Amino acid sequence: MTVLCEDTNFSSERLLGLYRDMLRIRRVEERLAKDSRAGNLPGPVHLYIGQEAVAVGVCANLTDDDWITSTHRGHGHFLAKGGAADLLMAEVYGRETGICRGHGGSMHVADFSKGIIGANGIVGAGISIATGAAWAAQLEKKGAVSIAFFGDGAANQGVLAEALNVATLWKLPVIFVCENNGFSEFSPSNTVTAGNIVDRAKPYGTAHESVDGNDIVAVAQTASRAIRRARNGDGPTLIEARTYRLHGHVEGEQTFLGAEYRLEQEVSDWRDRDPIPALASRMIDAGQAAREDFEHIEAEITEEVARAVKFAEDSPFPDPDAQTANFMFA
Amino acid sequence: MSKKRMIHAINDTLDSEMAKDPSIVLFGEDVEISLFGDTRGLKEKYGGERVRNMPISETVMTGMAVGAAAVGQKVICHMMFGNFMYTGFDSIANQASKLRYMTAGQISLPIVYMGVFGGGRSSAAQHSDAMHPIFMNLGGLKVVLPATPADAAGLLRTAIHDPNPVIFLQAAGRGGEMGEVPDGDFAIELGKATKVHEGDDVTLVAIGAMVRPALKAAQLLAAEGIGVDLIDPRSLVPLDTDAIFRSVRKTGRLIVVDEARDMCSAASHISALCADQCFEALKAPIRRLTVPDVAIPYSPTLEKAILPNEGSITNAVRTLLRKKSLAVEV
Ligand SMILES: Cc1ncc(C[n+]2csc(CCOP(=O)(O)OP(=O)(O)O)c2C)c(N)n1
Repeated sequence: MTVLCEDTNFSSERLLGLYRDMLRIRRVEERLAKDSRAGNLPGPVHLYIGQEAVAVGVCANLTDDDWITSTHRGHGHFLAKGGAADLLMAEVYGRETGICRGHGGSMHVADFSKGIIGANGIVGAGISIATGAAWAAQLEKKGAVSIAFFGDGAANQGVLAEALNVATLWKLPVIFVCENNGFSEFSPSNTVTAGNIVDRAKPYGTAHESVDGNDIVAVAQTASRAIRRARNGDGPTLIEARTYRLHGHVEGEQTFLGAEYRLEQEVSDWRDRDPIPALASRMIDAGQAAREDFEHIEAEITEEVARAVKFAEDSPFPDPDAQTANFMFA
Repeated sequence: MSKKRMIHAINDTLDSEMAKDPSIVLFGEDVEISLFGDTRGLKEKYGGERVRNMPISETVMTGMAVGAAAVGQKVICHMMFGNFMYTGFDSIANQASKLRYMTAGQISLPIVYMGVFGGGRSSAAQHSDAMHPIFMNLGGLKVVLPATPADAAGLLRTAIHDPNPVIFLQAAGRGGEMGEVPDGDFAIELGKATKVHEGDDVTLVAIGAMVRPALKAAQLLAAEGIGVDLIDPRSLVPLDTDAIFRSVRKTGRLIVVDEARDMCSAASHISALCADQCFEALKAPIRRLTVPDVAIPYSPTLEKAILPNEGSITNAVRTLLRKKSLAVEV
């Protein structure tokens, strides 16, 4: 019997926890995909389906005192960092009970009590914010770190170069996690991105690693090394996690895109490498879990998502007369 | 009271606030040696962790301010020339001004973005803008322009402790101006205009560096028997509309002197508000003395010709009053 991961941190209990965290993201977003198709959502949603191992693998090493910044594709990061499914669902539904009381929506979900500085509608914006949060963490000297999740498209924003430079120079406890899912909106990466993203760390002397973003254990281990360095005062790391988004850039894109931008074969090849069933079969093969363990988790998540949907559906829309303009200024 | 230069009033205020409150941090390009002198000596007193030279990276800098403030620091982000705020505009416009609202008030963002503004020194087009109107239009920023050393000290002290992002603009090249500054923890509430000169014939609202020539004009006109009510709003967001309306209702005439380009300037905004609210009181059309919609030129003859000054202000007042008498004659 081969044990899946030699690192004692990866007990089967822990691995089942990671599985559960990935499955929660998957089922919440499948529901949102359905809602989007049915016209139940007020705005656009960019789904994370297929990339769950990155958010969950990284966040498995964090506590509520650590910070993350996220992207327009941010539901996965929100849930992986401990954001509640019902508060997320209500926000995306535009309801008063949402995590941002309907003021932010899908692209701005944030929960500061969980260290979630928030999703972001501006591609690349989280990079500088996470760098600033890392500066604050360095000043506070409590060992907190901050993570900037961003896409391969965002890696082409100049701010990444600025951030790598200052973060390395100041030894800031920040980890830049680039999720290379192969597309920058509808442009294949190789048409807009020169060289390897992970190599962009080299001229700054920044620690860097690239990892299979669909392998949750590899992601968790890579992130763990980077986070340990950061907590020890050894500065930032750039991680490039290669992955794939199984859904479109934005739900419903088929209705307005005049042409295909990727091959069905490519999608189905990556579907075969789906990180969620991959973890289940690896655990079963290694004798670390039984089918029933996963069925049990599936049932629990199904119920959690149903509760979240009901919570959102039963919640009122925000009252436009409620003086919420007060949120503009403290 | 003690007599101080503008730049020392600012430096002393930064010093006394950083001494009292260890959560205040200050960063920017060359803040250690300090180009203008306003941050000079602070690093020696408060250490290289709290007072930090930045690489020339405005894009990451404005966002780092957001990240550090969002997680608990009071941040002073020195942008050197206000024009460089355009370089770092994204995080000011898309993050700082919106993050609190988008997250339904989950956080406060105590940030002061400071820099110098305005022309008059042949610094040419990219170092001479008066950019306050752009920030006024963003909704979530306070905008402060002190005209005297005392106001600079009192307003900056308030701005540093304000839980919201504040744009603090000092008039370029005016750091050497002397004035009496009250001793101790002297603070001025934002949104409180000051009456610089009393008169009954015409209201002059002058902004920032325009206050001084407006005062000279008012004194000159007083000798001719023309009474100028001169108001310095000191902050444009929040704006002391009460003080302005009260004066306009008294005099029936309004000229706004603003160093910004005319289109969508603070002058046009204040004019619109007064047209709405003081219409019955007006005896003459509202006038704006602004900069034409051109780049600020280099050569002194060209620059002098487009900036409002004592002469153009006095002429504008005389012309406006003549208009009224003509109207009466007809
Ligand atoms: C500053 C900015 N430019 C453009 C966009 C439009 N846009 C939204 S998502 C996106 C693609 C981002 O690609 P990537 O960073 O790889 O993330 P992914 O969508 O693949 O998760 C673009 C161009 C934006 N939101 N912000």
